[in-house]
Amino acid sequence: MSSEAKIRLDRVEKKYHGTSVPAVEELSLDVHEGEILVLVGPSGCGKSTTLRLINRMIEPTGGKIYLDDEDVTTVDPDKLRRRIGYVIQQIGLFPHQTIAQNIATVPRMLKWDKARIAARADELLHLAGLDPEIYRDRYPKELSGGQAQRVGVARALGADPEIMLMDEPFGAIDPITRERLQNEFLRLQAELKKTIVFVTHDIDEAIKMGDRIAILGERSVIRQLDTPERILAFPVDQFVDDFIGAGSTIKGLNFEQLSGLRLGGYPTIRSDQSPQAGLEALNESNKTWLLVVDEQNRPMRWMREGDLQQSTGSYQDEGSEVRIRLNAEDTLFDSLEQMLQSESGSCCVVDRHGALTGVVEMAHLRRAIRRAQVEARRHYEDLEDNA
Amino acid sequence: MDGFSSWFAYVGDHWSDVLTGTLEHARIVAIVVVTATVFSVILGILVERHPAARAASLSIAGIFLTIPSLAMFALFIPLVGIGNPPAEIALFLYAILPILRNTVTGLDSVSPAVVESAKGMGMGNTQQLLQIRLPLAWPIIMAGIRISTLITVGIAAIAVLVGGDGLGGFIQGGLTRLGLPNSYESVWVGTIFTVALGLVLDILLSLAQRLTTSRGLRI
Repeated sequence: MSSEAKIRLDRVEKKYHGTSVPAVEELSLDVHEGEILVLVGPSGCGKSTTLRLINRMIEPTGGKIYLDDEDVTTVDPDKLRRRIGYVIQQIGLFPHQTIAQNIATVPRMLKWDKARIAARADELLHLAGLDPEIYRDRYPKELSGGQAQRVGVARALGADPEIMLMDEPFGAIDPITRERLQNEFLRLQAELKKTIVFVTHDIDEAIKMGDRIAILGERSVIRQLDTPERILAFPVDQFVDDFIGAGSTIKGLNFEQLSGLRLGGYPTIRSDQSPQAGLEALNESNKTWLLVVDEQNRPMRWMREGDLQQSTGSYQDEGSEVRIRLNAEDTLFDSLEQMLQSESGSCCVVDRHGALTGVVEMAHLRRAIRRAQVEARRHYEDLEDNA
Repeated sequence: MDGFSSWFAYVGDHWSDVLTGTLEHARIVAIVVVTATVFSVILGILVERHPAARAASLSIAGIFLTIPSLAMFALFIPLVGIGNPPAEIALFLYAILPILRNTVTGLDSVSPAVVESAKGMGMGNTQQLLQIRLPLAWPIIMAGIRISTLITVGIAAIAVLVGGDGLGGFIQGGLTRLGLPNSYESVWVGTIFTVALGLVLDILLSLAQRLTTSRGLRI
């Protein structure tokens, strides 16, 4: 939150001729350097219009737009747009130009020399995961939808703009390819650290892509602007709550890693210990299940009291096998999914050698959810107090 | 069989006249098609995004095509005298509609997403037109040019009636002495060489179309 505003909208407004209600009403918004800010809202809320006000594809009728504290509300719009990468849902590759020519569009306008343009095109193709040798001289019609979208992003990155505007960039792509492109893009962004404004109508995409999310209502009024975690934990009003829809609690589990949980003790015995020792350990705890671990402390089998009583002490084929082991970097959502599948209703967390570091139970998740909600509520109460 | 051999004999005897007539005919067509192309493409670009101007210009160009050619050719004699000029003006007016229509249709057919992305990357209107919209509309414009060329080749035979050159001379000459020796041969020479000229020009234009159309646009 401390970072400078890379893009600042100051009471920007768009009113169309002959209408009394503005399409975008006095919108003020800061986009921080290096973040992905997602504009999300129901269709017709003006989120695309808002995006297009930033590169003045639509001219605002009021307010100011600043890039790096420079007022760009009245500069030459063509020059402004060459500084800003722009990706749209339909991509709009130029069908009569090769992939390399498409990617070189902005560098060519900026009059880079030929060698530099060619090198940049190859570099961007690499970045987009397309082999330049194969794709450089192809035409857009020879690409699949996913490849075309990658080229669209590469083209927007052509002259290495610091800012990218993306209008439902993955909206027209099948769900499997979309997920892959989203992941690729996030990996790319981790390297490139562009300042990105991203429009979508899909709250799940917003949650996945956004460092922060602005949920927009009618006339592009910001209903809530915050990190996805906080929005999921504490929707400020009914509109936001309805928009993020059912399952927001579960979606929120995606944002916390298992490393953030304090896992208490769990009854275990080593495989060379007797079932009797196991029964004692189980009775000391108030748990239903016990874990049998091997010499390296790797979890092997889940055992209940009855299993231990009938055990021969070899523990082979007794109780049930530990099938899933999660790491500290996995999310609470991952653990929930495994817990629902596991007979014990719990899930083992191991270190990188496979040794048991803890067991996640439902109570841990409940506590984590409550903590996130309390924190988010406190954050908003503090904001109110300061206001 | 007799007809064929006498026709070939006629062509052989009048070879240099036939060649001259064909070249004159081709020259008229070339002048007309080039000027009509320049005029119609520019007009098409200007009116494409203005519904009223576009409807008006297309209607007027359409009306030209309905004016009987005999009358059309004669109409311009008071203005420019007899000879090739009245014929060329008349042919020019006929040639407008196909090129204008196809220019407008071609520019319409450019995907809005392509134009949006061009604009969004900072291309000005002229750059969008020259680098994106015209190249993409080009195959359709070329198709219009080919239609205009074929229309012009055929109708140009009438130029002879207003004192113009071309293969029309053979047809008219034959018609005025119909029944006399070589009259039918003369009509057929005019007809066949006109058709042949049309075919040759169409083939040349289709080659030009291929060479000037991006590989990315070919089907």
